[in-house]
Amino acid sequence: MNGFARQRYLLDFTVASLMRRPGRNLSLLLVYTLVVFLLASVMLYSQAIKGKAAALLQGAPEIVVQRMEAGRHALMPAAYLERLGRLRGVAEVQGRLWGYYYDPAVAANYTVMAPARDGAAPGQVRIGAGIARVRGLAAGDVFSLRGYDGQPHAYTVAAVLPATSELVSADLMLIAPADFRAFFGLADDVYTDLALSVTNPAEVRQVARKLAERLPDCRPILREEVLRTYESVFDWREGMLLAVLAGAVFAFLIFAWDKATGLSAEERREIGILRAIGWETGDVLRMKLWEGGLISFTAFCLGYGLAHLHVFHAGAPLFAGVMRGWSVLQPHFALTPQVDALQLTTLFLLSVVPYTVVTLVPVWRAATVDPDSIMR
Amino acid sequence: MIFHPAILALLAASAINAMVLLAGALFAVHLLRHWDLASGHERQVRLERQTYLAATAVALVLAIQFVALLLFVYNAERMSVLFTGAMCATGTLNVNAYGFPTLILKIAGFFLAVVWLALNQADNLARDYPLIRRKYALLIAIAPVFLAEAVVQALYFLNLNPNVITSCCGSLFSDTGAGVAAELAALPARPALIGFYVVLLATLLAGLRLWRRGRGGRLFGLLSGVQFAAAVAAIVAFISLYVYEHPHHHCPFCLLKADFDYIGYALYLPLFAATGYGLAAGLLQPYARIRSLAVVLPPLVRRHAGLAVANLAAFGLLASWLILDSHLKLIAP
Repeated sequence: MNGFARQRYLLDFTVASLMRRPGRNLSLLLVYTLVVFLLASVMLYSQAIKGKAAALLQGAPEIVVQRMEAGRHALMPAAYLERLGRLRGVAEVQGRLWGYYYDPAVAANYTVMAPARDGAAPGQVRIGAGIARVRGLAAGDVFSLRGYDGQPHAYTVAAVLPATSELVSADLMLIAPADFRAFFGLADDVYTDLALSVTNPAEVRQVARKLAERLPDCRPILREEVLRTYESVFDWREGMLLAVLAGAVFAFLIFAWDKATGLSAEERREIGILRAIGWETGDVLRMKLWEGGLISFTAFCLGYGLAHLHVFHAGAPLFAGVMRGWSVLQPHFALTPQVDALQLTTLFLLSVVPYTVVTLVPVWRAATVDPDSIMR
Repeated sequence: MIFHPAILALLAASAINAMVLLAGALFAVHLLRHWDLASGHERQVRLERQTYLAATAVALVLAIQFVALLLFVYNAERMSVLFTGAMCATGTLNVNAYGFPTLILKIAGFFLAVVWLALNQADNLARDYPLIRRKYALLIAIAPVFLAEAVVQALYFLNLNPNVITSCCGSLFSDTGAGVAAELAALPARPALIGFYVVLLATLLAGLRLWRRGRGGRLFGLLSGVQFAAAVAAIVAFISLYVYEHPHHHCPFCLLKADFDYIGYALYLPLFAATGYGLAAGLLQPYARIRSLAVVLPPLVRRHAGLAVANLAAFGLLASWLILDSHLKLIAP
């Protein structure tokens, strides 16, 4: 009999043997699935949210320059635009206007921006879906806020921003530059910061270095640094959650060990009979490994599948609070479903491998018992 | 230290492997001292039973090592966004001095486990365990490699500092740098190409000879090892250039990216398989003179040699096709 056919018969036998006692392995399968489900949920969620952030940052300027005053972010005089002059490699420099507004009516912070292009016409506002939800606004409504001069400022809602960008636009208000200055009481010759677009990614650091030389009181913030920070923050949160879940994994491993060590009388008898009718130790060992492999495979697929449903279809209610951070205007967003080989491998190494290692010695012990001592 | 799930998984995998093999090495010491097939003593019976556990454990270690090796490179690729100046796995591995040593130890561990399992398979063919002492002596030698890997890898990950400016593959594998990698990259195309094909053909011929005639095992084993090194050097020196169609991009890892149709997997998997089978065939063939193995071993050796030759041919053909199909011309016709 060749090796392949031998393994197939063993597998056949193992499946039949498992089916004969469906109840016995069910509790193990259940706990195993739960562990894979928890780990996979955390990993899928964090992966998806990182992907989302990266996709959104694609459109951000390569470099943002902020003026610092006593170590704090200060307003950027428009004169700096001239002082900056032409920098080789920079396609465009733009003064940006943005700020935060605390709305006491809903106890939430809005991000207010006045983009130079595609913003809003004077007297109009475009708002994020989060604001629209908490204030009950739709296009055409009037949105009234108390400005920094103490007077009410009213804007007509021109549109609600599309839900596709909600992760960053939930709390966003877009108004015209003149409205912005009037609302916050800013002078005409200042900006919040400057945005630079650099066409060649290899030149970004070089440009940033020159910027720091020409404008010593300013700090350049690079898009790649922001992206890296997002990566690190979500990696860290993910790692923290996994570390917490490590306790659950260890409990599961102890459970699996216990389960594998305590053979039922019936199983011992079965192994004894197999040995007595001529099965070798290696065959019993292989059968037992197949058994563990089948359980692992089923639990892995079930757990991963459930986690996929949990994260991409149910919005990950179990972990979203921890992973996403806290805010009144919590963005609602649909994550893009994805399957990632790196993640599957990681999950495999964190769940199936420890399980297999832990059950190795009990399985071997079961396979090498004396048939004679069992049968007696 | 970056608190990343893949890193946690890799650390766990290496720790598991090292512990399993450490236990295996302790058992091996015990076995070498007390093994006596002629004895019917209870200790001997127990030892015989425990060999099953040891063999299964090493098989498991090999499986884990294979997955971990893939994950290690893949993760290095993925983490490159975290490091200034790193654009692919090379940059990530270069963040500190432990990156490449970890990779090398991982590969070494992989082949050692392959060789051990081949020895174990041959040993199980005969009833009198003719290779058992060699086998367990080898296990004692393997354990330190895995221990070293676990330690070096832990040092690598613990010393990852996301703000370090690392060199990307462009500067490490460029023809003007210093170090082994740069020297490989600076190999002139024509001699490197000739050298690669000479070693490849010699290995193929030695493999065919072993497969057809059952002779020349040692030579084939040796050539398989040399061939692996030559192939890696060739990938860095010119195969990668042909794939990227760029005269200065020498990176052996970017081949694994989606941008190049994951061609690296098709290149590396047969190469690793060929080397593993080749080393196994070369190691086993001399043992055919042991009486209890004289009949059963040669077919196994020939099978290993056949598989090695088939995989090597696949690797060679793919590499040649990549070179011929490329729009880049390194050598004037």
